[in-house]
Amino acid sequence: MNKKDLISIMDYSKEEHLRIMDLAADFEKNPNQKLLEGKVVASLFFEPSTRTRLSFETAINRMGGRIVGFSDAGSSSVTKGETLHDTIRMVSQYADLIVMRHPLEGSARYAAEVSSVPVINAGDGANQHPTQTLLDMYSILKTQNTFDDLNIFMVGDLRYGRTVHSLLMAMSQFENPIFNFIAPEELLMPEEYKIYLREKGIRFFEHLEFTDIISEADIVYMTRVQKERFSDPMEYEEVKNVYILRNSMLENTKPNMRILHPLPRVNEIATDVDKNEKAYYFQQALNGVFTREAIIAHALNLK
Amino acid sequence: MSEHKKKLKLKVSAISEGTVIDHIPSENLFDVISILELDKTPNMITFGANLDSDKLVNKAIIKVSNQFFENDDINKIALIAPHAKLNIIKDYEVIEKKVVEVPSQVIGIVKCFNPKCITNAEPITTSFKVTSKEPIALKCMYCEKITSESQMVIK
Repeated sequence: MNKKDLISIMDYSKEEHLRIMDLAADFEKNPNQKLLEGKVVASLFFEPSTRTRLSFETAINRMGGRIVGFSDAGSSSVTKGETLHDTIRMVSQYADLIVMRHPLEGSARYAAEVSSVPVINAGDGANQHPTQTLLDMYSILKTQNTFDDLNIFMVGDLRYGRTVHSLLMAMSQFENPIFNFIAPEELLMPEEYKIYLREKGIRFFEHLEFTDIISEADIVYMTRVQKERFSDPMEYEEVKNVYILRNSMLENTKPNMRILHPLPRVNEIATDVDKNEKAYYFQQALNGVFTREAIIAHALNLK
Repeated sequence: MSEHKKKLKLKVSAISEGTVIDHIPSENLFDVISILELDKTPNMITFGANLDSDKLVNKAIIKVSNQFFENDDINKIALIAPHAKLNIIKDYEVIEKKVVEVPSQVIGIVKCFNPKCITNAEPITTSFKVTSKEPIALKCMYCEKITSESQMVIK
């Protein structure tokens, strides 16, 4: 594949991950680099997404590109029954790059096969969301100055959360990580990821709660525990308050510790945490713009 | 069974040239026929199902005259007939025996079990990486979900 698609986080080599980090830092210093002047980017959102779409479109605008596309399938030809194949075939003739979100899993890989221009996956159902992972990595690097020797806590829905799975894979490339998985019984980290870590000889620990151990963390990656994931509603009622991060829990944490969250947040991070300097999730969202500028520049060989 | 009877039995169903595919699970006989496109062949075929076997409770057998298979083609049936054995026949003699091997990649043949996979929504040829051969586990190249042996449905 000569085209630089980004469909799955591990499509990029470790070197490419690091290159995206360098480029993102460069865009952070100067976000308005007009590298996309005269170029058209198709932004195809077959399902609505506020954050990801605005972040991408901000990145494209800051780079001086023009955007065509739609923000939900209702305003596209999908309502007339057009296949994804035909939509992509057509759009790839108009645009220089396609950014796509689609509710079906594997749709991005398929679009990349059909498209003559690079495709960036902005989320394909519950499968992959690689630009989120790259911005998570950039946030980790910015706050820790390293990817090595980090103790990473992942909290909440570790079973269905695609962001934690991709981040786990990405961080496993670096030296000596430790993972602590904190989740209710019904939402534990899937076995396939634990097998992956064991094969790589990476240490991980599983816990049902984290109040007592949070002092060891360098990164606390929070995710939402959703009621609809539980087969037994009583089970949810029992655990719903266990996976909420409160400001009082941060007292004895490491000075370098930072809290990340892919957002949107509901109640899993109490609002009293927001003013704590260890709360990093809003800056993390801003990092998304710089990281996406970097990904676009890389996909089109602009830098 | 005496040697005499064995020979008699062989004679009845023997073919002069072609391939005998033995030890197919009976319930998968017609899927094997369809994967190997034997339903379209002009060659003479005989098949039997629900036969006695030491290895399978009830096995099926297919005999195809004047047809020989490439390994890549025959390995496609490994997913549903992992213990199948092939006898290549020339002039009524078995000149070669082959066993099937689960390939490292499976193109088409199997449906992805994930209802939310794009391959179940549009006319796309499925493609899987075989992550385990025993029991079979297939990782979809598109949605990246694993279809296990018990979830496998032939397209």
